[in-house]
Amino acid sequence: MKKWTALGRAVAIGAIVLCSAAASGQPADVCAVPGYLLFGDSLLDRVNAAVTKEKELKIVALGGVSSTLPGPDGASFAYPARLEAALGRRLPGVKVTVTALFKPRQTAEEMAESIDGILLDYKPSLVVWQTGTYDAVRGTDPEEFRASVSDGVEKLQAGGADVVLVNMQYSPRTESIVAIGAYADGMRWVSREREVPVFDRLAIMRHWYDAGQFDLYKATKDLKMAKSVHDCLGRALGATIIDAARLEARDGTPPQ
Amino acid sequence: MAPVVPTLTAPIERDLRLDLFRGLALWLIFLDHVPNNIVAWFTIRNYGFSDATEIFIFISGYTAAFVYGRAMIERGFIIAGARIWKRLWQIYVAHVFLFSIYIAEIAYVASSFENPLYAEEMNALDFLKNPDVTIIQALLLKFKPANMDVLPLYIVLLMAFPPVLWLLIRKASVALALSVALYVLAWEFELNIESYPSGHWYFNPFAWQLLFVFGAWCALGGAARLAPALRSPVTVWLATAYLVFAFGVTLTWYFPRLAFLIPHWLGEWMYPIDKTNLDVLRFAHFLALAALTVRFIPRDWPALQSPWLRPAVLCGQHSLEIFCLGVFLAFAAHFVMVEFYGGAAMQILMSMAGILIMTGTALLISWYKRVEGRGSGTPKRPPDADLAGGEA
Repeated sequence: MKKWTALGRAVAIGAIVLCSAAASGQPADVCAVPGYLLFGDSLLDRVNAAVTKEKELKIVALGGVSSTLPGPDGASFAYPARLEAALGRRLPGVKVTVTALFKPRQTAEEMAESIDGILLDYKPSLVVWQTGTYDAVRGTDPEEFRASVSDGVEKLQAGGADVVLVNMQYSPRTESIVAIGAYADGMRWVSREREVPVFDRLAIMRHWYDAGQFDLYKATKDLKMAKSVHDCLGRALGATIIDAARLEARDGTPPQ
Repeated sequence: MAPVVPTLTAPIERDLRLDLFRGLALWLIFLDHVPNNIVAWFTIRNYGFSDATEIFIFISGYTAAFVYGRAMIERGFIIAGARIWKRLWQIYVAHVFLFSIYIAEIAYVASSFENPLYAEEMNALDFLKNPDVTIIQALLLKFKPANMDVLPLYIVLLMAFPPVLWLLIRKASVALALSVALYVLAWEFELNIESYPSGHWYFNPFAWQLLFVFGAWCALGGAARLAPALRSPVTVWLATAYLVFAFGVTLTWYFPRLAFLIPHWLGEWMYPIDKTNLDVLRFAHFLALAALTVRFIPRDWPALQSPWLRPAVLCGQHSLEIFCLGVFLAFAAHFVMVEFYGGAAMQILMSMAGILIMTGTALLISWYKRVEGRGSGTPKRPPDADLAGGEA
């Protein structure tokens, strides 16, 4: 990962494009993310058709434990639910549903195997696929990981769904324990190869940490920070989807 | 073409270039191992396909052949083989030492850190729950903590080195051909060593042996054989063109908007550039770097003696100690950065402090070896690696 972000980060210092309306005198948005981390060239045509023609957007969020939060109502504060809220706000008149499917300790290979069933059961226009952390923890071969993600994306595309990949969280405490670089690179290769956007959670959270927006190093049992991180992730992911699907949408800043 | 007598007619003087570049490689490995380090920006992996690992393994092969090759010719296979295995044992002990530091760090994180955001990442600490299996797997070199992959590779390479060296001394080209064949077989049949709890070695020894053996081959007369080719302007142009190409490709990784410059067919053919199996593009990139280095930095380059390059040369001369210290310092720097402050100023400070500590330690080791060598009163020491191009 470092290899990818080191230069990019330095460039960013010179060219930060804040999403927030800081210039207009409003308080700076805690979720602010430089535009280059959110917007790329890959398009989500299926999402565009679903929103503009059918006025209904069915999304499945497939992921591991880092796609949810602990506690009985944790899932309602996690980024899939926050994505649903953000898109609902920004796309008035469109029925947006996000179904979160997450299981602990799933490798990309196992997730890819579950894809046929998901396509059949939910018929999503978009699948947001978070993976990589468990494979990195477990030490799957990076090359096998890449191949599994690539196969999974191919299946999803063949099944008529758009795909957004979501990579790992930035976790400063475990940075020297879990080597995630090769897996993040693998997801980037797949994104290039299959022309699907990667939501670069790793770089975005690292940006928040470096900019002092969130202290991701803090040891705490409190869910407060985790909830705001996930809310910001949901909004940022919404911005990525709206941009990649080339949709007309309302302003991204939520009502205060 | 002049017949090249295998090896050892070369003067036994230190080729300081080897020390210099190995020292620099050790610094770069340290800088790259400090997570989230702005200084790691300057390291060569950001400007081309290969990185400091290639330099380190090649030079290690070169010096190993130089030192133990002489011993094998003078004292025979058994003595030289025993020396190689003694060295291997030292490296193994160093690896286990680093592993225990790593475990201490993990145990600290496990006991002090809790955050509902990171439940998934904390799975990485699960192995603390069954230390019986973990420690045994670590002793078998199968458990692979992050950033501790180079020494196990080095251990396996040295383990197989005595017969390889034997063959290199007798039939250098046959040995090199066999090494290339093994490399090809590793790619063809996906040979690699399994690791625990899953996956394979990060540096596939069946592939990376090519660099080590190639280094050894160069030390035993191969470099002399290659010299005419290296002097040719065609080589210089080819190497330069390839380095420029690799630089261009790496640029597109950092500036995704430039990715359109890489034609689709080229990307299909080129990606992924596999580090685990020493992708041939990486190997070629190292060769190009090495060719230009040898061409433009002569063995008697005056700057090699200058005090400015002395720190890197010193570090290169004590590579095992400095390598281990570097791995430890990278852990320590990361700890300080997350525990206190991790801004750019701190990253620069930690990087400089690390290099200073590495240099200071190298200085201390050199001094001690010199003093001890003088005190013992026996000028005829075993052909320690120090005689030629640093340690093996």
